[in-house]
Amino acid sequence: MNVAEGHRINLGRAVLTALPQRALWWAGMRVLVVSDLHLGKSERMARRGGSLVPPYESQETLARLADLIARWDPLHVVCLGDSFDDNRAAEALPPEARTALSAMMAGRRWTWILGNHDPGPVALGGDCTDELVLDGVVFRHIAARDAQVAEVSGHYHPKAGVRGSRRAAFVTDGRRLILPAFGTYTGGLDVSDPAISGLMAPGARAILAGRTMVQVPLAACTRPAHGPPTRWARGLG
Amino acid sequence: MLHALPDPFLTWFNRRGWTIHPHQQDMLDRAASPCLLLVAPTGGGKTLAGFLPTLAELSDGSHAGLHTLYVSPLKALAADIKRNLRTPVDEMGLPIRIEDRTGDTTATAKKRQRADPPHILLTTPESLALLTSYEDAPRIFAGLERVIVDEIHALAESKRGDQLMLALARLSALRPGLRRVGLSATVEDPARIGGLLARHPDPVEIVHADPGPAPDIAMLETAHPPPWAGGGGRYAIPEVLDQVARHKTTLIFHNTRAQAEIFFHHLWLANEASLPIGIHHGSLAREAREKVEAAMVAGELKAIVCTGSLDLGIDWGDVDLVIQVGAPKNVKRLVQRIGRANHRYNAPSKALLVPANRFEIVECHAALDAVRAGTLDGDTILPGPRDVLCQHILLTACAGPFDADALFAEVRTAGAYAELTRTAFDACLDFCATGGYALRAYDKWQRLMQRADGMWHLRDPRAAAAIRMNAGTIMDTDTLKVRLKNRMGGRPLGEVEEAFAATLTPGDTFLIGGQTVRYEGLREMTVEVTRRADREPKIATFMGTKFATSTKLTGRILEILAQDTWPDLPEHTAGWLALQRKVSRMPRADRLLVESFPHDGRQHVCAYGFAGRNAQATLGLIMTQRMEGLGLAPLGFVATDYATLVWGLEPLQDAAPLFQADVLREGFETWLAGNAVMKRTFKASAIIAGLIERNIPRSASRKSGRQQTFSSDILYDTLLKYDPEHLLMQITREEALRGLVDYGRLEEMMARIGGRIDHVTLDRVTPLAAPLFLEPGRIPIEGEGRERVIAAEAEILMAAAGLTL
Repeated sequence: MNVAEGHRINLGRAVLTALPQRALWWAGMRVLVVSDLHLGKSERMARRGGSLVPPYESQETLARLADLIARWDPLHVVCLGDSFDDNRAAEALPPEARTALSAMMAGRRWTWILGNHDPGPVALGGDCTDELVLDGVVFRHIAARDAQVAEVSGHYHPKAGVRGSRRAAFVTDGRRLILPAFGTYTGGLDVSDPAISGLMAPGARAILAGRTMVQVPLAACTRPAHGPPTRWARGLG
Repeated sequence: MLHALPDPFLTWFNRRGWTIHPHQQDMLDRAASPCLLLVAPTGGGKTLAGFLPTLAELSDGSHAGLHTLYVSPLKALAADIKRNLRTPVDEMGLPIRIEDRTGDTTATAKKRQRADPPHILLTTPESLALLTSYEDAPRIFAGLERVIVDEIHALAESKRGDQLMLALARLSALRPGLRRVGLSATVEDPARIGGLLARHPDPVEIVHADPGPAPDIAMLETAHPPPWAGGGGRYAIPEVLDQVARHKTTLIFHNTRAQAEIFFHHLWLANEASLPIGIHHGSLAREAREKVEAAMVAGELKAIVCTGSLDLGIDWGDVDLVIQVGAPKNVKRLVQRIGRANHRYNAPSKALLVPANRFEIVECHAALDAVRAGTLDGDTILPGPRDVLCQHILLTACAGPFDADALFAEVRTAGAYAELTRTAFDACLDFCATGGYALRAYDKWQRLMQRADGMWHLRDPRAAAAIRMNAGTIMDTDTLKVRLKNRMGGRPLGEVEEAFAATLTPGDTFLIGGQTVRYEGLREMTVEVTRRADREPKIATFMGTKFATSTKLTGRILEILAQDTWPDLPEHTAGWLALQRKVSRMPRADRLLVESFPHDGRQHVCAYGFAGRNAQATLGLIMTQRMEGLGLAPLGFVATDYATLVWGLEPLQDAAPLFQADVLREGFETWLAGNAVMKRTFKASAIIAGLIERNIPRSASRKSGRQQTFSSDILYDTLLKYDPEHLLMQITREEALRGLVDYGRLEEMMARIGGRIDHVTLDRVTPLAAPLFLEPGRIPIEGEGRERVIAAEAEILMAAAGLTL
C-alpha cells in the first residue's frame, strides 16, 4: 500500500502509478493519462433544455489537471476520450479554458483519444486518434473485447465501495486497466457491474482513489443494491 | 346576521336527530367574510362546518362551474371527505358534483376536470399548484367562490403550506372576491395561523368551537417492563391485543414506518384470536393502502397499525381507542392523535401510551403532564422560503407570460412573503431565468426570457412538462419500489429507502406491508422480492419522519430527571435512573454531562445536551470535526433528542475543549460550509428551486440509454468554491440554520449550560447511554479513522482472496 503519491500497477511490462487524483502516471515514459474529462457538460445540459447547473466544472477539471501537470511535468499527456461532453461543447469552450489548455499543452506531446461523446477531431491542437500504442501498451477509450496486449481505457467511470465508502476506482487484472473519470461532473458505474467485471480476468482488483489508496479484490466488491448513489441529473451517459 | 339553513338541510338534520353546533351556525353566519378560520377539536364537525355555506350556496343548482376548492394535506383525506360529503348531498338530493384530484387521479379524469370542473374539487397543495400552472387556469377557476384549507395547522409548519399560500395568492389574483376558509385543530396561537391564511394585509375572523371534554389518557400497564433500549413496544403486545379485543376499533400509532412494520409482524404472530388487524403507512403501495382504508370504513377491522399517514382528521368509522407506541415527541401531535378516538362531540377521547423503552417512560410521563396541564407547543413561523418561491415563479411561467412587478405584488399578499424585498424576489427571478451565477454562462440558453414588452416567458415551452413533473416540496428520502418477482412485472408492495436496499444481499429477508419477503435482486430501480422467506426478517429501516422533541417537552423531562426520587415512575425505570446517578451522573438543565467509555473495541463519547434531535446531530458534526483535529480519529456518531454518541479510535481525555461556547461557535462557522447536513439541505432546496430534476419526461430518459448520475454534493462543492454567494447557497444556509441544523436550539443549550461541563470517564457503557447503541440513523465520519478502517479491511479482503501486491 502506498500513501499519498499513488499505487503501483504492473500492466504487462509497464510499471504504472494510479494517482489519488484519479489519473495515471507512467514514470518510465513520463506519460500522464486522464480519462473522461467531459469538459462543457453544464453547457450541453443547458443547451438540451435541462437544468442550469453551476457552469464551473470545466474550470475546475482543468485546474486539477494543471496541478497534476505542474507536479509531474510529463513529456506526454494522453486524454483517454470523452474529453468533451460533445463536439459543440468543445466549440463552446470559453476563451479562459482554451488559454488554460494551451498553456498545459505547450512544450509537450498531447494526444486526444476519441471517445463516444466527442467522435470528431478538435481544433485545439494535439493529436487526435482512436488508438495509441506506447512501448507495448495500447490506449483506447472503450476496452476492446479481445484485447491481446496490455491495454489502458476509460469510458465506464468505475466506482467501488469498501465498508460503505464509495469512491472512484481503477480496475485491473494485470493485462487490462480501466481508469476512473477525471471530469468534475461525472457519475459512476459500480465495478461489480457486468459491463466492467465481465471484462476482467479472475484475480482482478479495484484500486480506490482517495487520500489512502487501497486495493480490494474485484470479487469482494459487492454491488450496492441501488446502483448510483443519487437519482437525479441523469440522461447524459 | 343570522343565516337560517335552507329547508332541505333542516329536514335532513331533523331526520338524523341532529342539531347544528354553535360553531357550524357561526360559520354560516359569517359565510361572507373574506377570511374565516375555524378552530375546533377533532370530532367537532369541523369539515361539515366548513362546507355548510358551500352546500347552501349550491343548493339551488344555479351555479355553473367550480364553486369551492378544498385543499387538504393528505390524499386520503380528500378521498375521505368526498365520501363523507356524498352522504348529505345525496340524501338531500342536492344538484352538486363533487370530485377529488390528487396524485392518484388518472390522467383522463384530470383532463376532464380541467375541461369541465365539478362544483366542489377536493385536492392537495401539490395538485393545486399544478392546476394553477396550466394556460387554461383562468377558465378552470372562473366561477370559484370559496377555498377551504383543512388541517391548516399542519400545513402552516411546512413548505407545502408556503406553496399553498402562493397558489392562493394566484387564485385571488384570478378571482378577486375569493373567500378563504381555514379549518384548524386546537393550536397555541390561532391568530398566527390566521395571518398565514388571510390575503395580506386583510384581517381574519376566528371562530372557536367548544373544546369538548378533557381526554381520558393513561399509560398502558404491562406485565413485562419495557426493554432498556430500542423501540417498537414489542413487549406490550399481549396487553395491546387485550385492549384491541375490548374496543370496537383501535388505532395503534407508531413514530416510524419501520416500527409499525415490526410491531404489526409480531402482533400477527401473537394474534391467536385472529382479530382482523390492518397496517397503513406512507411507504405502502397505493393498492395496499386503499384496501385497508376501505376495510376500515366498512368497519371490518378491529385495529390498524399506522403512522403519521393516518395522523390528520380522517374520519374512519368508530375509533374508540388510540394507542401511541413510543414517546410522542410533541404534545400537540399527541393531542391530535388522541383526538382520533371517539369522534362523537361530547364524549372524551380515550388513549393509552406505550413507551418503547425506559427513557421513553420518562418522556411519556412528561407528555401526560403536559396534556393534563393543557400546554401545547408553540411553533415559530418563519419568513417564506425562497426555494419555494423559485418553484412558484417557474410554475407561473408555465401558465403563460407574466409581468415581474405584478407577480412580486401578488407574492407579497401571501402572509409568509409579506416582507419579501424586491431584491430578494429579483434574485429568485434571475435564478429561474439564467441560473443566477456570477459567471454569466447561459445567456444563450436562458430558461426564462424577457420579451420586448417586458413580459417573462419560457424560452422553450416544452420545458413546462419537466417543470410540472418536478413540482412539489415534499422531500422523500430516495426510495425504491418493491415488487413481487414474476413474469408479469409483479405486484407492487411498497417502497424502501435506497440506503436500506443497499444493505441487502440476495437471500436477505425483510418486512413490508406486514409480510416477510426475500430479496432476489434489483431490476431497473425496483427491488424484486419473492415470498420464499425462510429467515428471520432483517429490520426494514425506512427512516420515516423524525420529529425532534419540543423544547417544552424536553424541559419537563429534565425536571423529572432532577427529582431526588421517582415515586410516579414504574420501579424498573426509577431503578434505571438511580443506577445512572450511582455509576455516573444525572444530566441537568444547567450543566452538560459528558461521558466517555470504551465499548466493543471503540472509544465512545456521549454528550447529553437535551437540545432535540437536529441540534444534537449538529453538535455531533461539530464535535467530530474538533475530535478529528485533536487526532481522536472519530468514525461516526448518532444523535437522539437528548444526547449525541460519538465513536472513534482514540479515547477523549479532556471534554472541556470540545464544548466551550466559543469553540462550538467557531467550529460551527468553519464546519457549516462543508458538511453532510448542509449538502443534504442543499439537495432538498436545489430540487425545490428547480436546479435538480428528480423526474425527467420519459421521452428524454429513453433517448439517453445508460443512465449516469452525478451527485448533488459535487454541485454543492463546486458552488462553494466558485460561487459561494449564489442564491442557492444563501437559501441552504438559511434553511440549515432553522431546519436540520437547528442552531437556535444549540445556542439555547449553550446559554443553559453556561460552560459548566461534567466529564465522567468510565470503563463501560452507562445506563442512559445504552439505548443510543440501538438508535438507527448512524452518520459516518470521513476522516483519518475511516482511512485506517478501510485500509485494514482491504488488507483482510486481499489476504482472504490470496492476493498480494
